[in-house]
Amino acid sequence: MSQIERHSFDVLVIGAGGAGLRAAIESRTAGQKTAIISKSLFGKAHTVMAEGGAAAAMGNVNSGDNWQVHFRDTMRGGKFLNHYRMAELHAKEAPDRIWELETYGALFDRTKDGKISQRNFGGHEYPRLAHVGDRTGLEMIRTLQQQIVSLQQEDKRNAGAYESKLKIFHETTIVELLVDDGRIAGAFGYIRETGKFVLFEAPAVILATGGVGKSFKVTSNSWEYTGDGHALALRAGASLVNMEFVQFHPTGMVWPPSVKGILVTESVRGDGGVLTNSEGKRFMFDYVPDVFKDQYATTEAEGDRWYTDPDNNKRPPELLPRDEVARAINAEVKAGRGSPHGGVFLDVSSRMKAEEIVKRLPSMHHQFKELADVDITAEPMEVGPTCHYVMGGIEVDPDTQESKVTGLFAAGEVSGGMHGSNRLGGNSLSDLLVFGKRAGEHAATYVASLDARPKPREADVTALTEYAEGLLVDTFTEETENPYTLQQDLQEVMNDLVGIIRRAGELEEALTKLSELGKRVDKVKATGGFAYNPGWHLAIDLRNMITVSECIAKAALERNESRGGHTREDRPAMDPQWRKVNLVCTLGESGIVLKRQPLPTMPTALMSLFDRSELSKYLTEAELDEFDKAVTATDEDGETS
Amino acid sequence: MSTRHFRIWRGDDDGGELTDYDIEVNEGEVVLDIIHRLQATEAPDLAVRWNCKAGKCGSCSAEINGKPRLLCMTRMSTFDENETVTVTPIRNFPIVRDLVADVSYNYEKARAMPAFAPPSDLAPGEYRMQQVDVERSQEFRKCIECFLCQNVCHVTRDHEENKEAFAGPRLFIRAAELDMHPLDTKPDRKEFAQAEQGLGYCNITKCCTDVCPEHIKITDNGIIPMKERVVDRKYDPLVWLGRKIFRRDQLDG
Repeated sequence: MSQIERHSFDVLVIGAGGAGLRAAIESRTAGQKTAIISKSLFGKAHTVMAEGGAAAAMGNVNSGDNWQVHFRDTMRGGKFLNHYRMAELHAKEAPDRIWELETYGALFDRTKDGKISQRNFGGHEYPRLAHVGDRTGLEMIRTLQQQIVSLQQEDKRNAGAYESKLKIFHETTIVELLVDDGRIAGAFGYIRETGKFVLFEAPAVILATGGVGKSFKVTSNSWEYTGDGHALALRAGASLVNMEFVQFHPTGMVWPPSVKGILVTESVRGDGGVLTNSEGKRFMFDYVPDVFKDQYATTEAEGDRWYTDPDNNKRPPELLPRDEVARAINAEVKAGRGSPHGGVFLDVSSRMKAEEIVKRLPSMHHQFKELADVDITAEPMEVGPTCHYVMGGIEVDPDTQESKVTGLFAAGEVSGGMHGSNRLGGNSLSDLLVFGKRAGEHAATYVASLDARPKPREADVTALTEYAEGLLVDTFTEETENPYTLQQDLQEVMNDLVGIIRRAGELEEALTKLSELGKRVDKVKATGGFAYNPGWHLAIDLRNMITVSECIAKAALERNESRGGHTREDRPAMDPQWRKVNLVCTLGESGIVLKRQPLPTMPTALMSLFDRSELSKYLTEAELDEFDKAVTATDEDGETS
Repeated sequence: MSTRHFRIWRGDDDGGELTDYDIEVNEGEVVLDIIHRLQATEAPDLAVRWNCKAGKCGSCSAEINGKPRLLCMTRMSTFDENETVTVTPIRNFPIVRDLVADVSYNYEKARAMPAFAPPSDLAPGEYRMQQVDVERSQEFRKCIECFLCQNVCHVTRDHEENKEAFAGPRLFIRAAELDMHPLDTKPDRKEFAQAEQGLGYCNITKCCTDVCPEHIKITDNGIIPMKERVVDRKYDPLVWLGRKIFRRDQLDG
């Protein structure tokens, strides 16, 4: 081997899901020569799995909706740990990003007056999710994919070649980012089909690699979700924030075992589905936490009335944010009130007519019928929590999406801060559009400002080639580790010890085990050749999985409170002191370094969007005093001006 | 749990052979689970393309006992207890390795397909469409690009030489989707399908519809209406204009 293919681009986008494609559209439109690195085939990225919709306060179904309400819901969902500026930008810009998709050809479901229809979802005060049945992610990825093709056609007309300004590298994996004196210089990877190594010279890299779910045994995530972007950024010198917050989606399939973890969309509940335990009880009414007491129905009758009269009734607690519902299901199963296969029941058959279910939830109907022999129009589903999303990610500037490393940007799930301790359903698809666009725009601006470009070091390229080649051997020996076995062992550690409910002792045990696994990863080898060899690919990915898992476990041990997607059984309460703290991971000489960092202070204007009584549930006394003073000062200014 | 016999095609574009494996199968499993178990045990370098494992991404297309299927949606319980399960790559494309085919033909054809042409007089946010009008195109937008229809279409399956002129069912429904899009402004989608995509090669054997895992009525709702209207329009452009305005006719056929 060691013959290396070389390419030069202005902007390199790593990841071909929604965030990556939206970023690439923007940087190409800004005139920069852009490449998209797709770990799978173009159009297969994980965004395709998103079902429910994209949250944007367009106010098409309820005109009471606006960006301020969306902002409030997002901050509540994240238990006030979100980076306020990201939540603000997201709420303000999401509608434009959705409408823009229509100009690319997207066909969302419609309201009666012909606008984009919006559906209810957990934690959203109004119907807010633009959707296409329960296959919204597919519509989004296809729309962005087709817009990229459209731009390529324009380039062919103007410059003579489809790929003159925007090129897609299918089935290509990046092994390492290349840095020159603290600035991004490019990336090194391999093309899966041939195993051939490839060097990309590029002064700007946008990471849009998604999440880390494949480190957990029960997950809705695909093989691609190995934390590549998180680990690449760490090794390049960037920082990760909020890594302790992992979202367990409350409703994954639980039976049969081979489909355990596959997602059951929140739209089932948004459209009226109810959760019951083995005693037939709608148990969610027992699990409304204090911070949400004023916003949710207390009786089944009121919850049911809300679907037709939302202005005069409160929403049912099945629509609490995901962390609350996931914990409740977990508790019911643990208390012995679970379904036969260790979940709870989710029933929509008694709530809607069969034809309406098939129309509104076609993929769910199809999925359960084909994979579990369950007809959801006639019987309840069995569901339980599944690892779904990582709130933590690369620490970025909220406006530009640039990380601590010059020239390195991040957007979508791989970036951190936007969702705080828990993401609301529907906020991911809008997140990746809003911040994908911003990352593309600012990466392009950065490249345009450069006089001289950083250069990758040849020594780095040689070392990486040797590393990747060295993972292939003729046969396994007693000295070598099998990548598949290691992955299974890792998944068990993360699932059992760093899962939905955590305890200090178990987290310490997890760190010990992760350290052992790290040593075993150093011995991992694969057999076979370079061409399309999944064992070899996994051997390379494992290094990233271990690094990111260690960040999660370390941060989870440090944060001794419970908040959002981080539940400590030994510290069940939410602590206002901890709300002021972000945990940040970097890579030091001897491994992951974890430090505490203060959260940026929310401006009074944004803070004033909340009732003081609600703020008092999250903030410390000192913070409330400061808020009161600021409000008084603003009022006085108002009177004098 | 039981032990089942599998024959899996191993090799590359230069050649290969069916390899025999006896492997454990558990309740509720799909064929892709078995492929994964093989990778974790006796065939760590067995190449297979997959992603979502839930029938949503269209990556794991293959032929199982000769039938084009998604590996993730084919349950082991659909086979007899003693039946040998033979898994081969989709046949209509060059082979990369083992079960992975080179499907770049489909992407090339997609790139030759003129994109959505947005109305110039509407700003973002001003688009208004009725649900009944978007539903026709939405059916085609359910396509997960598994390319099983492209694989099974006999226009190219037995005639490699037709590939240059023939875009295939996947692209015909893309053409139909844009033609039926209430706000697309390109007026000649049908003519393009006929002249540039090789729509005329299709003689409506419906093989594509039969294999579609999304149950899209490719032939009845996509290809036939496109063909019929191409014929209409060839004779009378005014008919076309009327139909473009009164689009409900497209619900028929």
